Amino acid sequence: MSDAKYFQTTKRGEIHELKEELHTNDKSKQKEAVKKVIAAMTVGKDVSMLFPDVCNCMQTPNVELKKLVYLYLINYAKAQPDLAILAVNTFVKDASDSNPLIRALAVRTMGCIRVEQITEYLTNPLLKTLKDEDPYVRKTAAMCVAKLYDINPDLVKEQGFLDLLIGLISDPNPTVVANAVASLTEIAEASGMSDIFTFAPEALMKLLSALNECTEWGQVYILDAISTYRPSDAKEAESIIERVIPRLQHANAAVVLSAVKVVLGCLQLCTNAESVKTYIKKLSPPLVTLLASEPEIQYVALRNIQLICSRRPNILANDIKVFFCKYNDPTYVKVEKVDVMVMLANERTVEQVLLELKEYAFAEVDVDFVRKAVRAIGKCALKIERCAERCVAILLDLIQTKVSYVVQESIVVIKDIFRKYPNQYESVIGTLCENLESLEHPEAKGALIWIIGQYAERIENAKELLEAFIEEFADLDVDVQLQLLTATVKLFLKRPSNTQGTVKEILQLATTKSNNPDLRDRGYIYWRLLSTDPEKAKIIVLAEHSTVQYDPQKVDNQLLDLLLHQISSLASVYHKPTSSFLVNTGRQAQPTQQSTNTSGAVMDVMDLLGGDLSSSAPSQPKAQQPVVNDLLDLMSDLSFQPTSTPSVDMVGSHSLPAKMNSLLTADKGGGMAVDGILVRSGGKISYELQFKNISAAGPLSGFAIQFNKNFFGLTNAVALQVPTLTVGQSQTVSLAMTCKEDKTSPATPSLGLQVAIKNATGIYYFKDTIPLEVILSENGRINGPEYPQLWQSIPAANQVHTSLMNPRSLFVDIGLGGLGLEWFSFGQFFHRGFSHPPVPPFTTFAFFRKPVSSFLYLILNPGTTE
Amino acid sequence: MTASAVFVLDVKGKVIISRNYRGDVPLNAIERFSHLMLDEVEGSSPPIIVDKGVSFAYVKYNNLYLVACTTRNSNATTLFLFLYHIINVFKEYFRELEEESIRDNFVVIYELLDEMMDWGYPQITDQKILSEYIMQESHKIQGVAKPPPAVTGVVSWRSEGIKYRKNEIFLDVVESVNLLVGSNGNVLRSEILGALKMRSYLSGMPELKLGLNDKLLFESTGRNPGKGKAVEMEDIKFHQCVRLARFENDRTISFIPPDGEFELMSYRLSTQVRPLIWIEAIVEPHSGSRIEYTIKAKSQFKQRSVASNVEISIPVPPDADSPSFKAGTGTAKYAPEKDAIVWTIKQFPGQKEFLLRAHFGLPSVQQDGQLQKKPISVKFEIPYFTVSGIQVRYLKIMEKSGYQQALPWVRYITQNGDYQLRMN
Repeated sequence: MSDAKYFQTTKRGEIHELKEELHTNDKSKQKEAVKKVIAAMTVGKDVSMLFPDVCNCMQTPNVELKKLVYLYLINYAKAQPDLAILAVNTFVKDASDSNPLIRALAVRTMGCIRVEQITEYLTNPLLKTLKDEDPYVRKTAAMCVAKLYDINPDLVKEQGFLDLLIGLISDPNPTVVANAVASLTEIAEASGMSDIFTFAPEALMKLLSALNECTEWGQVYILDAISTYRPSDAKEAESIIERVIPRLQHANAAVVLSAVKVVLGCLQLCTNAESVKTYIKKLSPPLVTLLASEPEIQYVALRNIQLICSRRPNILANDIKVFFCKYNDPTYVKVEKVDVMVMLANERTVEQVLLELKEYAFAEVDVDFVRKAVRAIGKCALKIERCAERCVAILLDLIQTKVSYVVQESIVVIKDIFRKYPNQYESVIGTLCENLESLEHPEAKGALIWIIGQYAERIENAKELLEAFIEEFADLDVDVQLQLLTATVKLFLKRPSNTQGTVKEILQLATTKSNNPDLRDRGYIYWRLLSTDPEKAKIIVLAEHSTVQYDPQKVDNQLLDLLLHQISSLASVYHKPTSSFLVNTGRQAQPTQQSTNTSGAVMDVMDLLGGDLSSSAPSQPKAQQPVVNDLLDLMSDLSFQPTSTPSVDMVGSHSLPAKMNSLLTADKGGGMAVDGILVRSGGKISYELQFKNISAAGPLSGFAIQFNKNFFGLTNAVALQVPTLTVGQSQTVSLAMTCKEDKTSPATPSLGLQVAIKNATGIYYFKDTIPLEVILSENGRINGPEYPQLWQSIPAANQVHTSLMNPRSLFVDIGLGGLGLEWFSFGQFFHRGFSHPPVPPFTTFAFFRKPVSSFLYLILNPGTTE
Repeated sequence: MTASAVFVLDVKGKVIISRNYRGDVPLNAIERFSHLMLDEVEGSSPPIIVDKGVSFAYVKYNNLYLVACTTRNSNATTLFLFLYHIINVFKEYFRELEEESIRDNFVVIYELLDEMMDWGYPQITDQKILSEYIMQESHKIQGVAKPPPAVTGVVSWRSEGIKYRKNEIFLDVVESVNLLVGSNGNVLRSEILGALKMRSYLSGMPELKLGLNDKLLFESTGRNPGKGKAVEMEDIKFHQCVRLARFENDRTISFIPPDGEFELMSYRLSTQVRPLIWIEAIVEPHSGSRIEYTIKAKSQFKQRSVASNVEISIPVPPDADSPSFKAGTGTAKYAPEKDAIVWTIKQFPGQKEFLLRAHFGLPSVQQDGQLQKKPISVKFEIPYFTVSGIQVRYLKIMEKSGYQQALPWVRYITQNGDYQLRMN
């Protein structure tokens, strides 16, 4: 029986008809009607006006019908939030149905309805189902906690769902464990509080044993969670590797790649060279086998293999042949294979690789791929000097094909080889010059013109060749015009006898016939140079070039570190940090939750503040890490460049935000809305607050404020003074703040600030985030030499370090924008605060806790400010 | 990890059915995807694209695009595998996955999508288990469906209470040979991909133990493999039913099999073997008039084995016409849709050599541009034979009720994988 009939519509009056059918007493007819509604929804018609009528069908023992109604609710509840309440009763009832399938269905669906009114009613059923006797229900409920967190994180924290979820890690059923882990991982990521889900070693053992029993997907969730765990020492790292390595034999490619990620992460801590070698050896066969999977999986694997090989080039060095392209591989796979081939090529294998690349360049028709192959030949030449001659020979063969894009690409590549190995392969210039006519692409034209200029003294007809280009000067690309200008000047300097006219012509053209300022400027400079002192001009124009180098790495080291921790993820496929391709979509801006931004940098900062410091508490001695050396290295670098230039852009564009955040909305504050922001000016901290009365109840009065104990001991210096506010009135006050020494302040570093505001109608609570720049003092200078001393005085056992990417977003997000240009000391800070070490702006800064027993620092490499 | 939503699109990029799991992608995001896809040549751009913070991972199947999109840094491998699982499950349910079958079954599809993924995390993707509680109209049983224990059980791939009158298990050892020969006649790559495919018809919860002539096993136990050699498998992948930790420990392959058909394990060997079927092609082009081919096919396996259904396809220029063939054995045909000669030989015994001559006319005016040089490809099957020499030594069955009488049936077969010889 086919469902297709439900898609046939009866045009006009359809909705009305459906409405009637939905209300019929005939159950089977009712079901038919719901199916029609869903069919209409599927083809994109708006059937949201039937909401109450469909809800009417919800109370049914028929599971299939119930599922359809639920599906409808998920789709339209957001459009009809008020009506969605109608469904709540049935949901709650279903959540205690005798059939586990229905219990699970109810909880699952309720979590998907992203309407806040509904979530309030979700609490009880969720609490119950998390403890359900049926594992199918428990696993569904575990996932539902993550859904709830996405809508209302506070509710999850208040109701103790997190603890229940953590409890489920010990559930006897591995499927439940897997979903609990997935749910927790997501919450940890979303909140930035990695301490929600800190692994005790016992939890780790539980996860490792669940790994043997749960479904393939569950294994992926667990492995991904384990990959965030940092083993305390080499021994623990090795024991994790031992437990994870059998997963490399799993048929599911996602399990394999996640296992590879865990193993690579743990390997960093392994000290025993012998065992590292053994483990590495075990990684290569599974990676090779991934190339026998579906092309899309191959693509993901190849992108990851490039990362892995950048770090550990030996891992697949003997398997280079598996990366040879098959003719029926999709182009996107071929292109990646070629990249891997070049990466892996060494003295021993390069000959084979070149033969392959030549085959592609000759036998393939996909223009982009052929180009890629030709470029790869050039890269081999730059990488391995011994094969350069062979490469040039192949490229000459390719030029003989007279296929225009092959010729052009070859010439561009040969230019690079000339630059890397000057004065070796000039014999081929003649052949190159024969192909002038087939050049269309500006890059190829530019390359050939460069060659002509560079070797003008050896090319007999150089003048004629260049003149041919000069004739069509007006039609050339600007880049080509620039090349042509320089080449002609070179020609003149090398063979002044009969080229004066030519050079005059080009100078004339460049300075008078072009709109491009670069070209005109360069023309004038040459002109002046040539007319004042041709000898000096020679020195300048014919100066030695710096040679081009083979650049093996596609990504820089820090990014590579980051990406290796994210193997198999989208970031590892794009070879980009998450911040570059994710945007915060559609999340409601919640002041208490400013860290929902999942960009790598912010997450890491939160890790630093929330996670690592707490784990470095004295009870848990941390592994030695080479922090001191790193920093001293850095210091010695500094002494050479005491005035390294700060990124101007950064200083200019990120001044302190002056906009107030919404702290308390009227519906939560009994009619009182509060906006505010913490600011620092003239060395004093103040809380700029704006109170607004939007209640219907009448005037508000009797305001008072209190701050919960926080890490910095931040509290109000004076009492809050707010006059009585009539309805609609608002008042801005500036509340002076101070940091008080208080032994009872929480020891865990956090930027959170909990605030209570009282008025005559009651007490209201909200949370704010303390911007770091408010706490840091402006006058913390320290002399350079003092700093290493202080640094070294810190016991090594108290050191933790991490590095993070994308400092720009860091500065924006934690708001350090206005500070960078000072050198800060720790001495001048108040008791519990953070200080900056004296380093040049935007390179390194550190947070210290006083006394100097523990600290953390961030290195922001100036090279990564993009 | 997560997918925000999953879409099935038709070839023009129109949504046929979709399921929004997380509600964090704008509805029009998929339109942008369709827009981006329309201009693409198939296979040239990567299967993941990102646009305005939304990443799309897609797989093309028949005339459909299956797309998973996400706003997070999700696990890309999982996204693709999940899409492939959807394809498999739908295929098992509806026999064929195409636009029609989706419309015909949209109610079940919604149910399946709901069960297979929750909040963007793949859940139950095993068709056999799903079909125990999500049924198509025609197979509906009376009473209320409950989740089968296998859904969350430790043995998530097998239901309890299976009964057969006759307990049987079939084991097929299938080896595919991937071969790539360069235009100079050198073997560039040769690998064997093996798979052990099982069809199990066993009652209850049987414990199985499989013994192979695995070289590492013999080495670790110090035993002599006896007659015949042991095989060293380079990388082994197991179905999720196999206890991996146990295998890592003592290389025992022990498992509770799913019911019915499944692939127990696959392995890879990159040991060089003599190409089983070797092709030499001599091409004599006479530009502007004709082109002549002399093709020699040689079987290089043992004399007592016979390859069946051998199909050799030799690419010819797309503008070739008026073919004529002279085949010593088998039949040759011109397949203009593939621009190739297809030479079929039903029975090809070992250590033999066959010859084919072909003659084509060429138009006097030549086509412009570079032509893709396709390789010669060969299809074949050699029954009762494995290239690697792998052997099943035993298959032990243990079950509480105590039937050991189930007889394992083992078959061996070797076939072509990606078997390509580049032409000169």
